[in-house]
Parts: sequence; structure tokens; C-alpha cells
Amino acid sequence: MSEITGYERKNGKFGIRNHVLVLPTVSCVNGVINHISREVPAAVCAPHPHGCGRGGPRDTQILFRVLAGMIHHPNVGAVVLIGLGCERSNTKSLRPFIEQAAKPIEIFNVQEEGGSLPTARKGAAAARRMLAEISGQPRVPLSWDKLMVAMECGGSDAMSGVTANVALGAVSDWLVEKGAAVIFGENTEMIGTAHVLARRAKNEEIANKIEQMIQQAEQRTQDIMGHLASWVISPGNMDGGMSTIAEKSMGCIFKGGSTTINQVVDYGEWPTEKGLILQDGPGYDADSMAGLAASGSQIMFFSSGRGTPAGFPAVPVIKVASNSRIYEAMKGDMDVNAGSLIEGKSLAELRGEMLEQMVFVINGEKTKAERNGMDVFTFMTVKPPF
Amino acid sequence: MKENALLIHPRDNVAVALRPLKAGEQVMGKGLELFSVLEEIPASHKIALRDIPGGEEIIKYGETVAVSTRPIKKGEWVHTHNLESKRWKK
Repeated sequence: MSEITGYERKNGKFGIRNHVLVLPTVSCVNGVINHISREVPAAVCAPHPHGCGRGGPRDTQILFRVLAGMIHHPNVGAVVLIGLGCERSNTKSLRPFIEQAAKPIEIFNVQEEGGSLPTARKGAAAARRMLAEISGQPRVPLSWDKLMVAMECGGSDAMSGVTANVALGAVSDWLVEKGAAVIFGENTEMIGTAHVLARRAKNEEIANKIEQMIQQAEQRTQDIMGHLASWVISPGNMDGGMSTIAEKSMGCIFKGGSTTINQVVDYGEWPTEKGLILQDGPGYDADSMAGLAASGSQIMFFSSGRGTPAGFPAVPVIKVASNSRIYEAMKGDMDVNAGSLIEGKSLAELRGEMLEQMVFVINGEKTKAERNGMDVFTFMTVKPPF
Repeated sequence: MKENALLIHPRDNVAVALRPLKAGEQVMGKGLELFSVLEEIPASHKIALRDIPGGEEIIKYGETVAVSTRPIKKGEWVHTHNLESKRWKK
């Protein structure tokens, strides 16, 4: 396996990209972010639909944790933070997180900078300045234990649990063996698998946490969906051959491989352990990716059987098709065809190809989602807005 | 002949179609005896490997994934029309 490289951060973390992130504190200023995106395409602009209108303790915790997670993300070398002024996650409230970040951050508030377009001009100028500033930072050798890889699945079909997630699992096991951390979430897609996952826990405390997390996911699904709970899997999942959440879940959990589960972390929380980590986050892909990224994962594998182009800002996402049909149909979006397993390729051979591709991506080669600019950024909320 | 179905776990009472199967087509796969499907099976959907009475567990990946809502014949398509989730009844 070839050497991997990354960017050393002042907090001891390593990034595999060196992006300037242009981040809004609140959706009200997304237009400013879109302006900057057109002016400075090399910056990673990440508009999102949140930041205000939800004041409950859990939503506030998630809001600050995800924004902080994006600012602190090791793939981000510098940040242009665009605020409004009156929002829940205003730049003053974010200050403690900003100060901990130990990277260049410039802050502009629309209500103080003369309105939207002057703010966009100043933000764009700052983004250009920062791109020039950080572009000289060299890549340095990176050890596997500095890496956290997220495993995500979305738009699944019944092949996902036979091909793509099995391949992700094989990559997971390899990474854990190398000393890396591997994280996966989507508690909705663990419903029906508590007994399978809990027996892989490092100790009884973690086993109990896993059982409790899945029990809560089941209860929450019933509370939200009522008599429609059995429709918690999507129509496309059903067309793709899956019939129940338990069937979907059994296929989903393969993506974490077969190693011991060392820790259960909350949504967007940074793990303190290496090896396999579970995240207590939702099954909705976009929300799930945000939680996994905010937890500090530098790269993601994302399996799909129905086909989704979704990527994530500042985090390379390697798309793995579960069947050759969707790989061919969405060739411009899919990086790997795990459908080849059905056509006779061995798992060892496919895993070898995926590891090779992962090394290229870590070292700077763009994934298809990166090249296509398919970033999606939104995150979990628990209560409706007011 | 090329395999057209997959038995995931020896305990399973369903197999997965690896491509669309026509009614009457013979099922071929590792660990599977030869038999014909009774109806059209869409790709990656489930085929009953034996007669399954109503109210019996549907086993895939060696685990219970659903419960049948009526008797299902060997070779029939197994999907939302003849099974339900064990945890939340429709």
C-alpha cells in the first residue's frame, strides 16, 4: 500500500484536503454564500437551511456542534464565516468555538457590513486572500491512525447488503487493522439488529448503549410515523427489493465490517477511541453525512443501489454502486462498481481496488462527487421551527 | 448456465434474484436446489425457497426480517404483498 499524505493542523489533527470553507451561520445569508461561490469557485461554499428558529436545548446543541465541527474540520485550512447578526448561532455565540479552532478565520456580519452585496464582496476578497495564504502548505506523510473514515449508505436496494455494504465492511476491517477509526451511523437502519451489534461491543456498557440507541430509534420512528411506521423505508428501497426496516438494516450494518465496536458517540460528537465507532444519528443521508463529518471524518465511502449523486462540503465522498446497472446508468457519479461481485469478481480483488482508489483520493485525487460539485449540507433537527 | 439467484445464509427461506426472472424460469445458485419460479421476480427481490405458511418468519441474512401474512408457495415472489414487518403491523 502506497504512502498517504495530508495537511498537519495546529491541534494535532490531519486533513486530506486544504480547503477554504465559506460557511453561513444561518440560512438567511445563503444568498451571500452563493454570491461568493460564483466569485471564488475554488472556495468550498456550504449554504445550509438552519441557524435560527429552533431554540430547544437539543436543537441548539446540535446547531453549535455541527457549525463548530465544520469550522474545526481537519480538511478545512481557513474559514470565511458569514453571519447575519440576530440569529441563534450568531458569530458572538460561536466565538468560543472559533477561538479553539487555531486556524485563520475571518468573520463578516451582513447587518454590520452594509448589507448583502458589500458582505459578499468582502467575503469573496477574504476567501481569495485565504486561498493564496494556505496554498503553500505542504502535504506531509500521514499515518493511518490519524484517519477517520465514515461509512454511509443511501438510496439502498436489496443488493446493497450483498455487494456494496459488504465491500465497505471489508474496507472497514482493513482500516481498523491499520489503526484508523471507522465511523458509521444511521440508527434508523439499525432497527432489528440490536442483538447482532450489541454482541460485538467492547464491553457491557457499550452493548447497553447500542441497545438503548436502537430502542430509541424504534420508539422515535413509531412516534413520528404512527401507523405508517412500516413505511419508514423509502418507496425506492421497496422497489429495489427490500420489504421491511429489519431487512434493510441487516444489509446496512455490513458497512461497518466485523470488528469490535469500541465507542458509541452522539450526533456530531468527536470520538476519543480508534477502531469501529457507532454514531447515534439519523438514517436520512444528508443529515447523517453532516453528523459523520462534524465528528471529524476526513473521507467517506457511500454505497447506493438506487443511485444518489450526493457529496459533502470539504469531505471527499467515494460513491460505491451496489449493482452494475446503476453503475452504468450513473457512471459520472459512481466511483466504484461493487456489482462486479455478482459477475464473479472476488471480494479481495474489489477491496484491493477500493483501497487503491482510497489512497489516491486521500492524496488529492478528486472523487466524482467532488468533481461534479454535488455537495449537500443540512443537518439533524429534533423539533419543528417556530 | 450462469447463476441467477443468491442464497445469502444457509438458514434463509428466501433467495435473492440476481436479475429479473420470468415465470417458469429455473433458479440456479450456490447452495440452491433446482426449482422454477412461479411468477415474474424483479431483480434483487426475494423468492420463496420452500412453502411458507401464513404467520411464519421470513429469514434472510440468517435473521428474521419479516413475517408472512398468507401462505407463500415455493417459487413465489416474496414482498410487501405477502409479508409484513414484525415490529410495526401495517
